[in-house]
Amino acid sequence: MVPTRYRVADRAVETHDSVTLRLTPVGDGLVPPRPGQFTMLYARGVGEVPISVSACVHGSLVHTIRNVGAVSGALRRLERGAFVGVRGPFGTGWEPESATGRDLVIVAGGIGLAPLRPVLLHALAERGSYGRVVLIVGARTPEEFLYREQLAEWSGRADVVVELTVDSPAEGWDGGVGFVTEPLARLDVDPARTTAFLCGPEPMMRFCARTLLAKGMPAQDIRVSLERNMRCGIGLCGHCQLGSILVCRDGPVLDYRAAEPLLAVAEL
Amino acid sequence: MGDADAAVLDLPGLARLVAHLADAGYRVIGPTRRDSAIVLTELTSADDLPAGWGVDVGPGHYRLRRRSDGALFGHSAGPQSWKQFLHPAHRVLWSESGDSTRVPDDVPRYAFLGVRGCDLAAIQKLDTVLMGGAHPDGSYARRRRALFVIAANCTEPGGVCFCASMGCGPGAGPGYDLALTEQIDDTGHRFVVDVGSAAGQAVIDAIGRLPAATDDVTQARAAVADAAGRMGRAMPDTDLHALLHDNRESPRWADVAQRCLTCGNCTAVCPTCFCTTVEDTTDLTGEHAERAQRWASCFDLDFSYLHGGPVRPSGAGRYRQWMSHKLGTWHDQFGESGCVGCGRCIAWCPVGIDITEEAARLADPADGGGGHGAG
Amino acid sequence: MLDALSDEHRAEMLNGATAVTFVKRQRLFAEHDKAVGCWLIRHGRVAIDVRVVGRGEVTIQTLGPGDLVGWSWLLPPHVWEFGAVALTDVDAIRLDTDRIVARCVADPVFGRAVGFAMCGMVVDRLRHTRARLLDVYGIHRDHH
Repeated sequence: MVPTRYRVADRAVETHDSVTLRLTPVGDGLVPPRPGQFTMLYARGVGEVPISVSACVHGSLVHTIRNVGAVSGALRRLERGAFVGVRGPFGTGWEPESATGRDLVIVAGGIGLAPLRPVLLHALAERGSYGRVVLIVGARTPEEFLYREQLAEWSGRADVVVELTVDSPAEGWDGGVGFVTEPLARLDVDPARTTAFLCGPEPMMRFCARTLLAKGMPAQDIRVSLERNMRCGIGLCGHCQLGSILVCRDGPVLDYRAAEPLLAVAEL
Repeated sequence: MGDADAAVLDLPGLARLVAHLADAGYRVIGPTRRDSAIVLTELTSADDLPAGWGVDVGPGHYRLRRRSDGALFGHSAGPQSWKQFLHPAHRVLWSESGDSTRVPDDVPRYAFLGVRGCDLAAIQKLDTVLMGGAHPDGSYARRRRALFVIAANCTEPGGVCFCASMGCGPGAGPGYDLALTEQIDDTGHRFVVDVGSAAGQAVIDAIGRLPAATDDVTQARAAVADAAGRMGRAMPDTDLHALLHDNRESPRWADVAQRCLTCGNCTAVCPTCFCTTVEDTTDLTGEHAERAQRWASCFDLDFSYLHGGPVRPSGAGRYRQWMSHKLGTWHDQFGESGCVGCGRCIAWCPVGIDITEEAARLADPADGGGGHGAG
Repeated sequence: MLDALSDEHRAEMLNGATAVTFVKRQRLFAEHDKAVGCWLIRHGRVAIDVRVVGRGEVTIQTLGPGDLVGWSWLLPPHVWEFGAVALTDVDAIRLDTDRIVARCVADPVFGRAVGFAMCGMVVDRLRHTRARLLDVYGIHRDHH
């Protein structure tokens, strides 16, 4: 239960309320996280929050943090050299290796791109192992996209289809305007050989799953990342219960066949 | 345990038992009378036990009453359970000053005197939750390993008890070091002793006891069996896991919500409720930081707080969460029921909501419940 | 939308259709123009826009391959309420909506099929628009 000491090696501002921190261990680092897992990040004296790992590079942990409360606010303000406590990695992962030979459809909404980035990075690193790779990213406005340089780089590649879309355009934006389900609905999908990875606000994941189910995709080939209030991250505090599961232990990644009944009941 | 080795303790024998454990370095915890209730506290001697005190318990109702005999264990459903000692309401996890971190390493050695069948089963369910996963709670595990348990078999069902229908009483199941069945009759005031472990055997050998007469043992067994048949209430005889799962949309939840104050008393007195929250603090200089764990209740609005609001804002949603977890999804998460039938939630609910009655209503389609296969 | 029709009705819809192209920034139609024609996009992207005083032309939505641009031709007052402009070079099939409208009147079965198919398309667009109205990416704080 004692956090492991890490230091902020780099800090990059993503949007008006999000930053990406690259953390390096002070002593021995933690077990390398798998795509989709999260860690509990500790801001000294303030508290701990679960944050997905958005990349793992040579033992560094990369986390994108959005300011939504006291702890995330404190983490967001950390400067290079500051200490951060880390526990983890915890939870189930996206397991992209289980989809080798198949087409990958990755749909990210807002901050949901952070936990999905490791899936795309893995697919690009092992490009020959996968069929078609499609990345659809939705954001509120053009200024709210994460990893804009990387998005531009991926958009330029011939071996990935990248579609960006915003709910609300800004002056000068000539990309897609519409909810993230719109480019998804236009996509030609082979339901027999596609695995989909969805991450973002719960309504967005539900709408996207519905769109994919309407294309004939089996629910178990659609993977989502769920979220609930977490305190311990290790299955002891009871906070993250969602019906029959503990999100920190049996999630956050679930296939839609298991997740759909849990998301369908109000106040579950 | 073999009846041939059965032993009996008289009152002086029980006093020797308490003294022996205290001398051996145990903090002996047992019931005592304080502030109009029977509470669990550290005993200085067997004299602290609430001799001759019983309780009058019902939904939303708990009163002490004088018994006509001098029974030491003639009461039930007190406001506390043994979880406060193994899984304390507040515990510092670690503290940090500058570069050094300190993890508290005190491990109290407890001897629990008078653990009912329901409460022993509850401790075992906490074992599964807190020690059975991939990240065991080390502090709980250490306290648990150091624990000496003296169970008390019940011969009188309490006013709200339903342990028999949950398979957790009135007799204590395996897991005790010693078990006592209290008997008061013309022969005297004595306790039939069952030995449950080598440690228990060693203690009994050390304090000296009287051999049990065959009658004693037979009578003790009969009294416990008889109590099982005299329970005042029971859970409906049905698959509770399926019942709670199938009735998530039942109109019964709105009905309970009209009565439930979401005060969380039930979660405080329940011997298996284990939820905690974590508090991180720092002193004014920021030099010293500390993390502490304290009990949390799913009835608190902020328990399920996410993205600007609670996932379960309504009372109906929170009552459903508590009852569905206790009787239903606990099976999915931990492989067994979370309820032991102690009845404390019924007694300590200010409006007397009865979990067995709510389960029966869910099971009975005629009573507005969805039964099975509906909802 | 065309996929919702039977082969026979689809052929009827495409009767008289012509292949057309637009270059980047070329306008397909403007607000207040008489609503004639609709375009099935084959390649490229089209923005549905509206003029807002002080902001110029604001894009409401972008449509892409497989989408049908324009529905005001079907219903009175047959006037475009929004504009449409090519964001990239666009290949499209322009449907002969005058002919389609006349066929709908003459053949009620065809008319009903077209009505339902167009309704389905509009419901889809509305679904996506409602999702945007939810503003799911924003932070919404409840006060209790």
